[in-house]
Amino acid sequence: MEYILIIISAILVNNVVFAQFLGICPFLGVSGKVSTSMGMGAAVVFVITIAAVVVYLLQYYVLVPLGIDYMQTIVFILVIAALVQMVEIVLKKVSPALYQALGIFLPLITTNCAVLGVAILLVQKQYNLLQSVTFAFSTAVGFALALVIFAGIRERLELDDVPQAFRGTPIALITAGILAMAFMGFSGLV
Amino acid sequence: MNKLQIVLSGIVRNNPTFVLMLGMCPTLGTTTSAINGAGMGAATMAVLILSNAVISLVKNIIPSKVRIPAYIVIIAAFVTVVELCMRAYLPDLYRTLGVFIPLIVVNCIILGRAEGFAAKNGVLASALDGVGIGLGFTLSLTVIGAVREAFGSGSVFGQIFISGDGMLIFVLAPGAFLVLGYLMVLFNKLTAKMKS
Repeated sequence: MEYILIIISAILVNNVVFAQFLGICPFLGVSGKVSTSMGMGAAVVFVITIAAVVVYLLQYYVLVPLGIDYMQTIVFILVIAALVQMVEIVLKKVSPALYQALGIFLPLITTNCAVLGVAILLVQKQYNLLQSVTFAFSTAVGFALALVIFAGIRERLELDDVPQAFRGTPIALITAGILAMAFMGFSGLV
Repeated sequence: MNKLQIVLSGIVRNNPTFVLMLGMCPTLGTTTSAINGAGMGAATMAVLILSNAVISLVKNIIPSKVRIPAYIVIIAAFVTVVELCMRAYLPDLYRTLGVFIPLIVVNCIILGRAEGFAAKNGVLASALDGVGIGLGFTLSLTVIGAVREAFGSGSVFGQIFISGDGMLIFVLAPGAFLVLGYLMVLFNKLTAKMKS
């Protein structure tokens, strides 16, 4: 039951994009087409879940025993950057098909604040390993969901006659605002 | 480019929020009130000035192949310094800004200026660029925060001018997107008028 609550809360109620404002850059940047947004979403799910495991082990088996948990920010960002590189290399060797699909999105993820954000949040919330993985996975699924819905809307927006001053980012932000309002409807669920 | 121009270009011509559109996460996430926006802006500015100056100092020592990881370590170190200082001296603000303080590390403005300006210019110019871009960011965040606070709770910087309940939606998540969107429209309109 506890895990179901974490999943529903992370995907719908506290959606990473619409409620916590993490990962806005890729959300605005890679949401032009539904197909690319799906690729990006899948890559984020993949990286965040692995990062959660690594960060959890690092926090509780290295940083805390050594008493250097104030180094958290520096260690986490370096580990995440290295991890993304490693995932890219391993994927290239092990599964070229998956690499073809996700490859171009992987370098972009290093600067995705959702990855570091989730890593810091799961330490802050004091989750255990299984809870951390569940939380990270469902947060990433929430991100992918938001991205795909938004891309679908933006594909249609392309065809519309938008006033000059609204073109580009402003109309995207206003659309995201309305979507965020829709997601607020889930707030009673948990 | 003289010293004053460097500072001014960061505020208007290279405004990080409205022109470069960088650092959107803290822009949306922390601007629930004018004071929160200003606090976030000031924290980012502190990191930006320090990291720009240090990166400009060490730019000739770092081999160009490992420069990005090296920059990230320098930035992360200053973020940790700012984080610990805020936790000690401004605990309330630190709690409200929460996860966005450590996330200054991945704010693209800072790495962008390190790579785009500090790696090519002298120490003083780089520090001034940090001041300019930092002021531009702080100003944008304060304006967005002030607008959201004014509509959402009828006050600016905590000074109540209309009592009673405001339009709560402006303080909640959707308000962040809407206010930033409409402010950008306004900014586009004004700059288009200035150009013509």
